[in-house]
Amino acid sequence: MAPAPSYGKIFKDGLWTNNQSLVALLGLCPLLAVTTNTVNGLGLGLATMAVLVLSNTVVSLIRQIVRPEVRLPVFVLVIASFVTAVELAMQAYFHELHKVLGIFIPLIVTNCVIIGRAEAFASKHAPALALADGIAMGLGMTAVLAVLGALREIIGQGTLLAQAHQLFGEQARAMELSLGSDFHGLLITILPPGAFLGLGFLIALKNVIDQRTARKAAQPTRESAPGPAPSTA
Amino acid sequence: MIRHRMLIAGVLLGAFGIAGSSLVAFTHERTAERIAANEREAMLALLHALVPAQSVDNDMLTDRIQVHSPRLLGSDATTVYRGRLDGAPAAAVLTTLAPDGYSGPIKLLVAVRRDGTLSGVRVLSQKETPGLGDRIEEDKSDWIHGFDGKSLGKPPLEKWGVKRDGGAFDQLTGATITPRAVVRAVKKTLLYYRDNADQLFQQPASPPGKGQERS
Repeated sequence: MAPAPSYGKIFKDGLWTNNQSLVALLGLCPLLAVTTNTVNGLGLGLATMAVLVLSNTVVSLIRQIVRPEVRLPVFVLVIASFVTAVELAMQAYFHELHKVLGIFIPLIVTNCVIIGRAEAFASKHAPALALADGIAMGLGMTAVLAVLGALREIIGQGTLLAQAHQLFGEQARAMELSLGSDFHGLLITILPPGAFLGLGFLIALKNVIDQRTARKAAQPTRESAPGPAPSTA
Repeated sequence: MIRHRMLIAGVLLGAFGIAGSSLVAFTHERTAERIAANEREAMLALLHALVPAQSVDNDMLTDRIQVHSPRLLGSDATTVYRGRLDGAPAAAVLTTLAPDGYSGPIKLLVAVRRDGTLSGVRVLSQKETPGLGDRIEEDKSDWIHGFDGKSLGKPPLEKWGVKRDGGAFDQLTGATITPRAVVRAVKKTLLYYRDNADQLFQQPASPPGKGQERS
C-alpha cells in the first residue's frame, strides 16, 4: 500500500497542485459544455462531487475484497449505480436544474476524473483518506466549473448567478447580478469556442501564478510542473 | 486453481451488480412519486402561465387529446390541452412544432381562447443560437409576448409575418429566420384552430398515460 498522504496535502493537491481540470485536464467534455453560466457549472460540479465522494469511499472500503482482474468492472458498477441514484435525486429535488443539465448528469459515469481517482487513489488508501480525496478533487473541479461559468456568463451575457433559484430555491432569485440591460455581451464566450478560450486562460493564469511562487521561493525546488501533467486515464 | 479464481471473480461481480441495482431500485422507489409530481407541476405551471388558473375549472393536464395535422401543426401527433369553465370550452393549448428554425425544430405551446384570440405563446424547447435566436424564450426577452391578444384578423392574415417580409411582427436583431419560423407556426396553428375548434373540444380525452407529452 502506498504511504498515506496527509490531509493537508490531499486538499492542496485537489484544489491546486493536481487540480483535475486545470492540471490533469480530465473530464473536460462536460466542463466545456455546461459552463455557459455560473449556476450550471456549480450544479454539475456539485453533482460530480457527490458521486466522487461516494464512489471513492466505497471503492476504498472494498479495495481488499475486489480481485485485481474484476477491479475495473466493479468500479464502473459502483460509479454507475451512484450516478443513477444522484440523477434520480436531482430530478426529485432540483427539477429545473436537472432539465438544464440534462444529458450531462448520466454522463458523469464517463467522467474520467471519477474512475481516475478510484484507480489512482481510493483503491490504494484507507476510506477516510479516500473520502477526503473525493471532497478535495470534487471541490477543485467544482471551483473551476463555477469560475469558468462565471467568466463566460459575465462576459457573454452581462449577468452573474442568473437562474440561481434552480439550485438554491425561490428566495435566491435576488442573487442575480446584472451589468445593466445595455450590455449585450460578447456572443463568442457563450458559444463553444468561448469555453476553450476561457479554460485556456485559466490554465495559463494558474501556470503564471505557479511560476511566480516558484521564483519567489528563493532557490526553488520546482514543485509544480508548468505544463499539464500526463493524464492517468 | 484458475477455475476457482474465475468463480470468485464472477460471484464478486454478480454481488456488486445486485448491490448496485438494489441501490438504484431503492432510490427510484423513494423518488418516483416526487419526480412525477414535479413533472406534472412544471407542465401545469406552464399551462396556467398561458391560460390563467382562474379562467378554467377543469384539470387541463388530464383533459388532453392527440390530433394529427402535420401540415399545419408541424408534427405527426400534436397534444392539445383543453381548458373549460362550467363545462363550456374556454381555451386550448396546442403543442405546435415550428419545423424550420435556424438550427432544428422549435417546440411551442400555443394557447388560443375560444374566440380565436391568442392567450399567449411559449417556447418549450429550441436549439437556436444563444444570444440571437434564443431570445424567443420568455426569460431572455419580451419578444414572445408580442403574440398576446393577436388573432387571425388582428393583424390581417397577409400581415402575419416578420417586418422584413412586410408583416406586422418584429424580428430579433441579428436573427430573422427564428422569428419567421415561430410566426409562421403560430399563424398555421390559428388556421388549424379556426377550422377545427368545435371538434377539438368535443373529442373525449385520451386515457391517462397514453401519449404522455414530455418536455
